[in-house]
Amino acid sequence: MKLRRIPWFLIAATLFYVIVYFLNKFDIINGYLLHIINLSLIYVILATSLNLINGITGQFSLGHMGFAGVGAYVSGTLTTLVLKLAPTNPANMLPFILSILAGGLVAALVGFLIGFPSLRLKGDYLAIVTLGFGEIIRTVFNNIDAVGGPRGLLGIPRFSNFTVIMVFSFISVVVLRNLIESSHGRAMLSIRENELAAELVGVDTTRYKVMAFSFGAFFAGLAGGLMAHLIQLAHPTQFGFIKSVEVLIMIYAGGVGSLTGSILAAFGLTFLSEGLRLGIRAVADATGLPIGGEWRMVIYALLLIFIMLFRNEGLMGNKEARIIKLGEAD
Amino acid sequence: MGSIFNLQQILNGLQLGSIYALIALGYTMVYGIVRLINFAHGDFFMIGAYAAYGAFFAFNALVAGRSGTLAFLVLIVAMIASAAVAYLANKLAYKPLRYKPKLSSLITAIGVSMFIEYFFSALPAIGPSYRSFPEIIVRREINIGKAVISNLVLIDLAVAAILMIGLTLLVKKTALGKAMRAASQDKDAARLMGIDIEKVISITFMIGGGFAGAAGLLAGLTYPRIFPYMGVLPGLKAFIAAVLGGIGNIPGAMLGAYIMGIAETFASAYNSLIGEGVAFAILILVLLVRPTGLLGEKIADKI
Repeated sequence: MKLRRIPWFLIAATLFYVIVYFLNKFDIINGYLLHIINLSLIYVILATSLNLINGITGQFSLGHMGFAGVGAYVSGTLTTLVLKLAPTNPANMLPFILSILAGGLVAALVGFLIGFPSLRLKGDYLAIVTLGFGEIIRTVFNNIDAVGGPRGLLGIPRFSNFTVIMVFSFISVVVLRNLIESSHGRAMLSIRENELAAELVGVDTTRYKVMAFSFGAFFAGLAGGLMAHLIQLAHPTQFGFIKSVEVLIMIYAGGVGSLTGSILAAFGLTFLSEGLRLGIRAVADATGLPIGGEWRMVIYALLLIFIMLFRNEGLMGNKEARIIKLGEAD
Repeated sequence: MGSIFNLQQILNGLQLGSIYALIALGYTMVYGIVRLINFAHGDFFMIGAYAAYGAFFAFNALVAGRSGTLAFLVLIVAMIASAAVAYLANKLAYKPLRYKPKLSSLITAIGVSMFIEYFFSALPAIGPSYRSFPEIIVRREINIGKAVISNLVLIDLAVAAILMIGLTLLVKKTALGKAMRAASQDKDAARLMGIDIEKVISITFMIGGGFAGAAGLLAGLTYPRIFPYMGVLPGLKAFIAAVLGGIGNIPGAMLGAYIMGIAETFASAYNSLIGEGVAFAILILVLLVRPTGLLGEKIADKI
């Protein structure tokens, strides 16, 4: 079948882009809705890259937003404090994109360093170490005055628009998909399935674990940079443990090891989260009861528990939608 | 030199260590039997503090003036409340996942922890803000040389010691203790010997929860400020203490907790940022150098 060579995923993504772009032009999608779509696309990068570490390689990282924080602060510092780019000038787009990539690379370096403890740690111990690491990163940002300390890095230029985010998000998913379907990706899968057996058949488990962490951290760093240039702020609380858990919920809701699931869950949960925010506020306004925003997180926590209790494999299990897969001879 | 390493700091360290020890015991006992890091354990500690807070105002009118009796009643309420929540968490969230992959339970535990924290801060009666803890026992101080010993230090140490001695006797001398030890060695073999594993697990959760509740009261007395997220950091540090001592090992958890308490107090006296980070430094060091902890035994991977 020659048909399978047609990159259906590219077509689907382009279609999505064109539709959203024109609906926005004709004001059917307003600025607020477009903002949520942008956030969802950034969460697509975060969820798919965490899925590489947790879902594909079977390591348990609880500090994913720490990597995003590194990307956000590094790129934000470059564009805001070092280069002082103004978003009005289109010629500044290239340095902006280079800053985002620099943020990703520094995050990858940090991920590489964090990958090392994972050589000796498994499961729950690794979870605690990555959690501790994420908190340490947060504390470090909190204490560097040059990037605002506890006030956060303010006044980041708003470079991230729908087009930029869409392109980054698309490339991230394609690169991760290609990585997973390559022999490297198969080696990572074998570590998840049985690390001892993988080692016995000659998989260099150390190398692949560090590789998964570095790649995952790189994309998380990109996402963090895009996020900072969308909401024009990098703040230590954005990258704490609870935020990492939100991404974790996405990959478990979507299905561990399924990029399709992560993409769907990133959209679904970002919209759900905004819906809950509006809904809770509306209920509080209508009834006059003191209902706070904490209920949103109560519902999130219950969602996580119920997924684990009643649909352990998530929405997609570990299956992929056909358009995401590379062509296969079937 | 003498300014940092003195009797006062050692006492403060032992006091903090007592609170960590009571929390760490629950972690280590549950881990010993179920092999689960119960992320929600720090929140049982928080519930103990809030239960004590509520109980104080409920009983204050009944036993006015008798601070000893009042403190004892409050302690019992704190322990029962935390034990009840621990029982429910096990029953509703962990038990259905007992024979599913281990990570499912771990993620569920994170969910339970988040649920408890946010539910408490969402409840209008409790709310997300800080509350000052009532002075259930009036603070008195004795000077010994340059050190100031408050009665709270003695109470913290005594309560922790009594509970730990009680637990040691329970585990070593009673049939229930024997069942707990058997279950932590080999669950399947223990079941074949007629031990009701689920019952043992339930009781273990309740004892661990009760100890965390007692720690919640002590923490409220000692550092009189409570809030719904107060359990997160002490919970993590107590877990690290349990790992330091050798997870699953009861004397190890006590030893690890006192080492942690003293190390943290000394480090904080030096620099508050280092004080916060010292726990994670200890964790990484232990895991790299001696992953089984100080008193733990090595278990080989089975092929």
